[in-house]
Amino acid sequence: MPTPAISFQSVSKTFQTAKGAFQALHEVSFDIQEGEFFGLLGPNGAGKTTLISILAGLAKSSSGHIKVQGVDVASQSAQARRLLGIVPQELVFDPFFNVREALQFQSGYFGIRRNDAWIDELLDSLGLADKANNNMRQLSGGMKRRMLVAQALVHKPPVIVLDEPTAGVDVELRQTLWQFIAKLNKQGHSVLLTTHYLEEAEALCNRIAMLKQGQVVALDSTSELLKAASSNVLRFKLDAQLPAALAGKARVTGRIVQLPANDAAEIERYLAAVREAGLVAEDVEIRKADLEDVFLDVMAGTQGARA
Amino acid sequence: MMTGWTALFYKEVLRFWKVGFQTVAAPVLTAVLYLLIFGHVLEDHVQVYNGVNYTAFLIPGLVMMSVLQNAFANSSSSMVQSKIMGNLVFLLLTPLSHWSWFFAYTLSAMVRGMVVGLGVLLATGLFIWQSSSLHVSLLPQEPLWVLVFALSGAAMLGALGLIAGLWAEKFDQMAAFQNFVIMPMTFLSGVFYSIHSLPAFWQGVSHLNPFFYMIDGFRYGFFGQSDVSPWLSLGVVGVSLTLVSALALHLLRIGFKIRG
Repeated sequence: MPTPAISFQSVSKTFQTAKGAFQALHEVSFDIQEGEFFGLLGPNGAGKTTLISILAGLAKSSSGHIKVQGVDVASQSAQARRLLGIVPQELVFDPFFNVREALQFQSGYFGIRRNDAWIDELLDSLGLADKANNNMRQLSGGMKRRMLVAQALVHKPPVIVLDEPTAGVDVELRQTLWQFIAKLNKQGHSVLLTTHYLEEAEALCNRIAMLKQGQVVALDSTSELLKAASSNVLRFKLDAQLPAALAGKARVTGRIVQLPANDAAEIERYLAAVREAGLVAEDVEIRKADLEDVFLDVMAGTQGARA
Repeated sequence: MMTGWTALFYKEVLRFWKVGFQTVAAPVLTAVLYLLIFGHVLEDHVQVYNGVNYTAFLIPGLVMMSVLQNAFANSSSSMVQSKIMGNLVFLLLTPLSHWSWFFAYTLSAMVRGMVVGLGVLLATGLFIWQSSSLHVSLLPQEPLWVLVFALSGAAMLGALGLIAGLWAEKFDQMAAFQNFVIMPMTFLSGVFYSIHSLPAFWQGVSHLNPFFYMIDGFRYGFFGQSDVSPWLSLGVVGVSLTLVSALALHLLRIGFKIRG
C-alpha cells in the first residue's frame, strides 16, 4: 500500500465543559489516498471541524494519531504543516495589510523568499488580480474567502484541506473556486473537503466519509453510496397535511414532499394514499436519489455503519 | 522578502509603523506633556542628585518609561488583536517554532520601544534647547549603559507583553493587566523621583520592583550617578529578563490559550 495522503488513526477528542466531559470524536479512523478528492460530511456538531483542527495542529487529540504523507502532525508538526494547506472555516483576515503583503508574509513564514510568480498565479486563478494592492478590509466576503484559499496555497502544499470553503460565496464564485481546486487535484494534489452543499460533494468527491456525533457512520466511494440508497425518489407538492401512513417515511420541506421509492408499485401506493385522503398532489415527478437522500438516510440511522 | 522568523519580525514592525501616528507620535506627545507639567511645576521644589536639576533628571526617566510601555504595548496588543480577530490562525498553520515566535514578537517590540524612546529624547531635547532658562545637558556620560538598559528593558517588556497577550482573552483583561501590573510598576519605579525621597517602607518596596533597576541603570548612563550600582541593576534586569523569556517560551511551546 502506498503511504496515504492523510491517515486518521483512532482519533478521539474529549472536551471538558461546565456540564462535564463531552466526547467530540470517538475513535475516528480512515485514510485518504494520494490524489483523491475526498468529502467529509456531517451535520453541525458532528466533529468535522474538530477533526480538521487536530489535523492542522490547532488542537490536540485526546488519543490517536493523524499522519500526513506518513508524517505525524503532533510529533513532527513543522514538517506536517509544510505538507498541508488548510483553508479555515472562519472568515478571518489581518486588517493591517493589503492582499499582496499578506501573501508575501505567509510565504515568508514557510521560508519562501521570492514567491511573486506563484502569488500572481494564485491571484489570477482566484479572480483577485485587480485587488492585489487593496487593503484586506476593502474586500467583499466572497473575496476574503478566496483570499483564505490563496493563503493556504502559498507554499504549494501537496495536501489541501478546505473546511466549508463555499459558505456565503455566490454561485459564480463557487464555480471559479471549484474549477481551480479541481485543476489542482488533477495536477496531483490530494483534497479533503467538508461542505454543507451535498450536490457539491456529489459532483466533486470520489470518496466520502460521513460523521455523526463524532463517529464515522459511512465511508465509501460516492457511487457506491448512491447505489446503496433507494434508487428513486417520488417528489410532489401538497397543500395539506400528509396522510399519517406516509408521514413517517417522507421528507417534507414546506409544501414539497419527497418519498423514497424502489419500484413503480410503491409509487402507485403512495399516490393512492394521497388520493384516498381526498388530497391532490401537484407537480409530481420521479427523480434519481442523490447524496442528500443518502445523507439523510445515514443520519437517520436507517443505513448501518460501513466503517 | 525575509523568511521564517524574520518575516514575522518584519510583519510586526510594519504593523506598528503603518499606524505610526498612534504608535509612535502619540506616546512622544504624552512624554512631552509630562515634561512640560512636572518639569515646570517641580523644577525648583525637588532636589534629586547633586549637580543635576530636576528636568534633566526627569528626561531619562520619561524616555525609559516610554521605551518600556511601548515595547509592552506592541507585543501585547498585536497578540491579543490577532487572537480576537482570529487571524492568528495564519501563524498557527505555519511551521514557525516557538523560538521564532518569541524572537519575532520580542525584537519587534524592542524596535517600537527604541523608536519611541528616541522620539521622546529628541522631542524633550528640543524642548530644553528652546527654553533658555534651563541649563541642561542630555549627552549621556556613559552611552553604553544607556544602550544596555534600553535594550534589555525593552526585551523584558516585549516578552512580558507576549505573555499578557497570550493570557488575555478580551481587551478588558489586557487593560486590567496594564492598569494593575504595568502602570503601578512603572510609577513606583522612580521615573518622577529619586527613591531616596520616599519613606523607608516604599523604598523597600521599590527595591523589589525590577522596573526601578531598569530606570536607575538607564539614568546612570546619563549622569554617572544613581540610587544603586549599575552592576546590581544589570544583574536584576538580566535575571528578570531570563525568567520572563523562559515563561514566554514555555507558553508558546505548549500553545497556551492558542492551541486547543
